[in-house]
Amino acid sequence: MTVGVFAGINALVAIGLCILMGYAGQISLGQAGFYGIGAYVSAVLSLHFGLPVVVSLILAMVVAAMVAVILAVPALRLKGHYLAVATLGFGEIIYIILNEWGPGGPSGFGDIPHFSLLGYTITSTTGYFYLIWGLVAVVMIFSLNLIHSRTGRALRAIHDSELASNAMGLDVVELKIKVFILSAVYASLAGGLYAHYITFISPSSFSLFYSILVLMMVIVGGITNLWGAIIGAVVITVLPELLRRFEEFDVLVYGLILTLSLMFFRKGLVPILVEKIKKLRGLAVVKH
Amino acid sequence: MLTVFLQFLFSGLTVGSVYALVGIGFNIIYNATSIINLAQGEFVVIGGLLMWFFTESLKLPFLLSAVLTILSAGLIGLLMERLTIKPLKNADLLLMIMITIAVSIVLRGILMFNFGKDPYVYPPFTEGEPLSIYGAIIQQQTLWVIGITGLCIILLFLFFNKTIVGKAMLACAVNPTAAKLVGINVSRMVMLSFILSAVVGAIGGMAITPISLMEYDKGPMLAVKGFCAAIMGGLGSNRGAVIGGFIIGILESMTAGYIHSGLKDAVALVILLLILFFKPAGIFVSKTMLQLRKF
Amino acid sequence: MKKVRKNFLVVCVVVLSIFLMFVNAYAKEPYKIGALFAVTGAASFLGEPEKNTAIMLQEQINKDGGINGHPLEIIIEDTKSDETQAVLSAKKLLEKDNVLVIIGPSTTGESMALVPIMNNAKTPLISCAAGAPITQPVKERYWIFKTPQYDLSAVEAIYTYMKNKGIDKVGIITISTGFGDAGKKALHEMAPKYGITIVSDERYGPKDSDMTTQLTKIKASGAQAVINWSVGPGQVIVTKNWQALKMGIPLYQSHGWGSKKNIELAGKAAEGVIAPLGRLVVWDKIPDKHPQKALLKKYTQDYEARYKSEPGTFGGHAYDSIMMVAEALKKAGPDKKMIRDYLETKIQKWPGTGGIFNMSPGDHCGLDKDAFEMVVVNNGDWEILK
Repeated sequence: MTVGVFAGINALVAIGLCILMGYAGQISLGQAGFYGIGAYVSAVLSLHFGLPVVVSLILAMVVAAMVAVILAVPALRLKGHYLAVATLGFGEIIYIILNEWGPGGPSGFGDIPHFSLLGYTITSTTGYFYLIWGLVAVVMIFSLNLIHSRTGRALRAIHDSELASNAMGLDVVELKIKVFILSAVYASLAGGLYAHYITFISPSSFSLFYSILVLMMVIVGGITNLWGAIIGAVVITVLPELLRRFEEFDVLVYGLILTLSLMFFRKGLVPILVEKIKKLRGLAVVKH
Repeated sequence: MLTVFLQFLFSGLTVGSVYALVGIGFNIIYNATSIINLAQGEFVVIGGLLMWFFTESLKLPFLLSAVLTILSAGLIGLLMERLTIKPLKNADLLLMIMITIAVSIVLRGILMFNFGKDPYVYPPFTEGEPLSIYGAIIQQQTLWVIGITGLCIILLFLFFNKTIVGKAMLACAVNPTAAKLVGINVSRMVMLSFILSAVVGAIGGMAITPISLMEYDKGPMLAVKGFCAAIMGGLGSNRGAVIGGFIIGILESMTAGYIHSGLKDAVALVILLLILFFKPAGIFVSKTMLQLRKF
Repeated sequence: MKKVRKNFLVVCVVVLSIFLMFVNAYAKEPYKIGALFAVTGAASFLGEPEKNTAIMLQEQINKDGGINGHPLEIIIEDTKSDETQAVLSAKKLLEKDNVLVIIGPSTTGESMALVPIMNNAKTPLISCAAGAPITQPVKERYWIFKTPQYDLSAVEAIYTYMKNKGIDKVGIITISTGFGDAGKKALHEMAPKYGITIVSDERYGPKDSDMTTQLTKIKASGAQAVINWSVGPGQVIVTKNWQALKMGIPLYQSHGWGSKKNIELAGKAAEGVIAPLGRLVVWDKIPDKHPQKALLKKYTQDYEARYKSEPGTFGGHAYDSIMMVAEALKKAGPDKKMIRDYLETKIQKWPGTGGIFNMSPGDHCGLDKDAFEMVVVNNGDWEILK
């Protein structure tokens, strides 16, 4: 059940990254930065300033959005590897700031208030499970609408060819920035929920390692498919639990599973599954 | 004052040389394949740990151990390329990067299994008192590290510019189809680039271990900084990677020395971001060259 | 003829099975305790000896007949030095395995993440991590205990020694992790009490290769001694840098220094390095009459015989936790509240590897600076300073 909660939290981050990567075609190795901003800002606001949790979460998302804008404007002019490094650098800088100046420094801090709304506080894991997956559902509905709207089609156009999109009059830069902000907001929401669930945070949960983990989730699930982000998040969160029995080998096994799945399920689990199901039904699908 | 400044400088040069070698490793593979190999850091760790294994565990003579380490590292690079890169020739570049990340996890797992999580060390290449320049100490091993880095640069320069094989490797990156047309075995060049890159990384690890020890998980940090060095100097330019590496090392040291030691990692990153935002081609590659590269 | 023999065999098997079922019914239920150790990840140097100790002790206790005839079952989970993982593992131990008690985790960060969970589950936690916030404020740590010494105690041991040597200006260099940070805070907090001024405060990261810059600054600041607070390779690198720079002032390490491996890795550079160490590391140098000596000797020799390496201070924390719980189980029975009360009230003048414990409702750790000996490295070996 606890695994389910973490899977849901990770799913939120993964959905954001999936939209950014699969639909807008941008890469980010710094999602942990926004995740961390969400966690720390919401935690500090609710703990030290006594703001209600919901307000803290919203403010955390606002802060993350602002940071995203500041980063996105110069960064999104970059492409490919350069963008990857820029986001990586961003994530690392946030980690260093949290480690150096965050409350408690490397040791972190606790006593973060639980999530509460209208006087009702959630303290049980089951409660958080429903809360977080409920939010995942909301986010998914919103995101799916976005993908199928004009904006979504515009994003796909940008992914395929920025030049053509520009020529057709799309404001490429503005769209890219908006999507970047969206992914940051999702990540910061997840971070805030994480903080209020576990009530103790320290910088070590928000390192490059986490950014790469989220990236793995999106890729394993299938970059071009939003449902893939959720599946990927669940798989990657649950996998270490299943590998517990291997003890020292589990890092090795984890790496091997990732390598093999990347090599053989290239498009990601969801598209592969979808194809298999369609084949089973005897439908011949011509994939574009 | 001068003593203190020089001390900071030497410290920066020491760590900078390793970053430079990692950066060069990135460039070699990038130049031949346009792939960014994020397992590059692991090659450094392999170099250090294997060298320990041959000299301290098997008690083999120094030169023999060095040769064996280099050969082993090359072999590992070869295996990595044959097993994971070659089968995915036409895959998305992004996928390739992810695979290198996954491979780095596997390599780390293997290293942890064989060597545990302990740090390892072996004696410096030459024993003796550190040198003192205007009161600042520079250890003999540091001179070895810098010297070996320099030697690698020279050798690689000669290789890429004066030998057919080297030039062929460069040709592959610019235009694989054209390279094939003139008879270059592109797939062999790719393999060679991985071997070479692994060897360069391993040499760095071999040289730095007597100073800073080596553990199984030093890889990722080195990879990030080495990658920054490569980008700073312009991806693909070895000369740039070296200067980038030294700049990062010295900047870190100076920040720790004159400003605040908690900030040193951040400074290198901030400078990196500034370069990316304002001169993404890096300091030594012109914008046109950047645009000509495919990603 | 065949049928008769077959029937006979069937009857035998049935009788035997019934017999075995009854025997099992009378066999005693195992006492299950959980253990969370950072076997992999950044803190694995803590988790591995802790895990080895747990396995070894479980075998020894069970070979001696268990606890009041009940076998002891220690269910060990790897937290991978990660707080989220620690939470997940703790939940599993509590909800799926229904353990009576949890030993560990290995780091302060992970322990802190578990405090609310253990309090909610009304299950005792005996942490193997050192941070003071784990057991303070005691009012909010009803179910939480720890066996490692306080960082503050280690700092006090150092400062007391320094005061006797007339040192009043020190430079400190700490690692930017939870351990180093706790040490830094403790060093600052205790300094005024012993008339010590910290004239230089430097830091480095866990994977840094060279600390000469920071040490150069300390040298230039006029400090009379340098204190390094870290565990892992950083300790060795700082030591080697200190020697290479010929700093001319003594180097003190934290209690994380207590492992022969460090002397081995630092080589000649380690000569003269001083640190406050738990007696486990120098068991062979303390007088035979000392209450800790016998158990230290047995533990160390058993561990070395089985694992071919020294247990180190960290393995000792697991030893103390497990032995305390074993005693509580024996005397108070398999009840969470009874165990908790036993730990709080009956662990008095209790010799362990970390020191002689005196738990109380006001102190769920029970150790102070007397748990340490000031030790110097001399000729590649430990020597207790008087």
